[in-house]
Amino acid sequence: MGMTITEKILAAHAGKDRVEPGELINARLDVVLGNDITAPVAIKEFEKLGIDRVFDKDRIMLVPDHFTPNKDIKSAEQAKILREFARKYEITNYFEVGQMGIEHCLLPEAGLVVPGDVIIGADSHTCTYGALGAFATGVGSTDMAAGMATGEAWFKVPESIKFEFYGDQLKPWVSGKDLILYTIGKIGVDGALYQAMEFTGEVIKRLSMDSRFTMANMAIEAGGKNGIIEADEITLAYVRERAKRPYQLYQSDPDAQYVQVYQFDVADIEPQVAFPHLPENTKPISKAGGVKIDQVVIGSCTNGRMEDLRVAAQILQGKKVSRDVRLIIIPGTQNIYLQAMKEGLVEIFINAGAVFSTPTCGPCLGGHMGILAKGERALATTNRNFVGRMGSPESEVYLSNPAVAAASAVTGYIVSPEEVLS
Amino acid sequence: MEFQGKTWKFGANVDTDAIIPARYLNTSDPEELAKHCMEDADPEFPNKVKPGDIIVADKNFGCGSSREHAPIAIKAAGISCVIAKSFARIFYRNCFNIGLPIFESKEAVDGISEGDEVRIDAGIGTIYNLTKNETYQATAVPDFMQELINAGGLMKYVEKKMKYVEKKVK
Repeated sequence: MGMTITEKILAAHAGKDRVEPGELINARLDVVLGNDITAPVAIKEFEKLGIDRVFDKDRIMLVPDHFTPNKDIKSAEQAKILREFARKYEITNYFEVGQMGIEHCLLPEAGLVVPGDVIIGADSHTCTYGALGAFATGVGSTDMAAGMATGEAWFKVPESIKFEFYGDQLKPWVSGKDLILYTIGKIGVDGALYQAMEFTGEVIKRLSMDSRFTMANMAIEAGGKNGIIEADEITLAYVRERAKRPYQLYQSDPDAQYVQVYQFDVADIEPQVAFPHLPENTKPISKAGGVKIDQVVIGSCTNGRMEDLRVAAQILQGKKVSRDVRLIIIPGTQNIYLQAMKEGLVEIFINAGAVFSTPTCGPCLGGHMGILAKGERALATTNRNFVGRMGSPESEVYLSNPAVAAASAVTGYIVSPEEVLS
Repeated sequence: MEFQGKTWKFGANVDTDAIIPARYLNTSDPEELAKHCMEDADPEFPNKVKPGDIIVADKNFGCGSSREHAPIAIKAAGISCVIAKSFARIFYRNCFNIGLPIFESKEAVDGISEGDEVRIDAGIGTIYNLTKNETYQATAVPDFMQELINAGGLMKYVEKKMKYVEKKVK
């Protein structure tokens, strides 16, 4: 019997020829990641062990991206814990403000995560790196601490679900965000609980890397352990010029076992909007229009990459943001920031009346840089619309792709990009 | 090990933002976090809860972020254990790692009404509803997870393992 890509990667890192779903394994880790919220707790746990070294100073990534540049004194203390730990243990990949970007945009861009890796991160959206054909999953701080000490973690090998996307062409303004929101809408926020979500099919094979990152990023929003896409020519074109380490490509066998197979015809998929207060509350844009909004956020580990900024600029070119809306645009990394400047996108955004911020997770989790007041509504390209996610427990968050978000910033209510451009 | 307490009921998909909102994540101090435990699901919860009380929730409890601050806040608020129909996987893992006891049982969640007095025999996974005089069974914990619990959490387990490896090397 064959194995899935997830099973193959886990088997290789557990020193086994094969693994079965449900099996508990101890796997070697290629990368251990933490941020300014989760790493301080991990560091506290790590230091209780009383050891004087980490398993590998080149394979631990510390990215202070959530509440940085420090939003208040308490956050500054948290960031300081990371900084001092990084100095003490000579952590190679600590990213100070100035080099820092949103972790899940930054690590692939810097070639620090590569196909075939096993990666744990004390951040639920660590599953993003599955877009490279790696096994990547979010864990808590204690798992991160154990990973930093031993370079290993235990896993239950997940069952896999296959999602096959077929069809000739995506509808206008449809991107990876819409494919994943549509999927979550179909299976629910626990539809892939404890399971691997493998995205395949002719549509995925043609999809850009940026859109693939967006899809793998939101696997956790369906409860998934990991999202994964086999590496192909598009992946290699992205990885070749960046990879800091050798990488290995894995493919699922034709006779691999799946607990479920979903087939989605992209002819049925319009731009999607997830209504409050769960990412599964999706509606196609044709049935979602008209909701009045106070704020629009374009950015985050889900949609803060070049493709996202380019499509937003395409819509905002020569337009003005509605007087009733605050439009906040946040690039994922410093390189994305620079590239957006070179391409003239920043000028388009500022002329339209948007703010363009330094990279930060900030508003996505209600940290800073765009908190909502009671009764306010935001449309965001982020990943969660839980109660209170972006501020007041009495505010609301709607989720969409960057095109819908940009168009809606112009009108002041949720709208299809086509209506704004016509 | 046994737990006994009054139960507080919650619905499906209680997310980690509801358990501990990100606006309080600029600290990891358990006492501070406990003051805001479940605040966005029930603003009065931190004031109402008594040591030993039990949270009973529907499916997918703890979905969303990986923040360990969520089980830490629940534990520090004095909650003795959580019973749910299912748990989101990072939250599930975090609970074992930090030593917050959790039990999966559909029948218990359906049977228990808010305020019922419940006793749990953790060793055999049996849940007794003392108010209604009913008994429910929780899903068995995998052996390895039991090993983690017996060791006193993941870090204690790792410590033992590292010492063992060191001895072998010497």
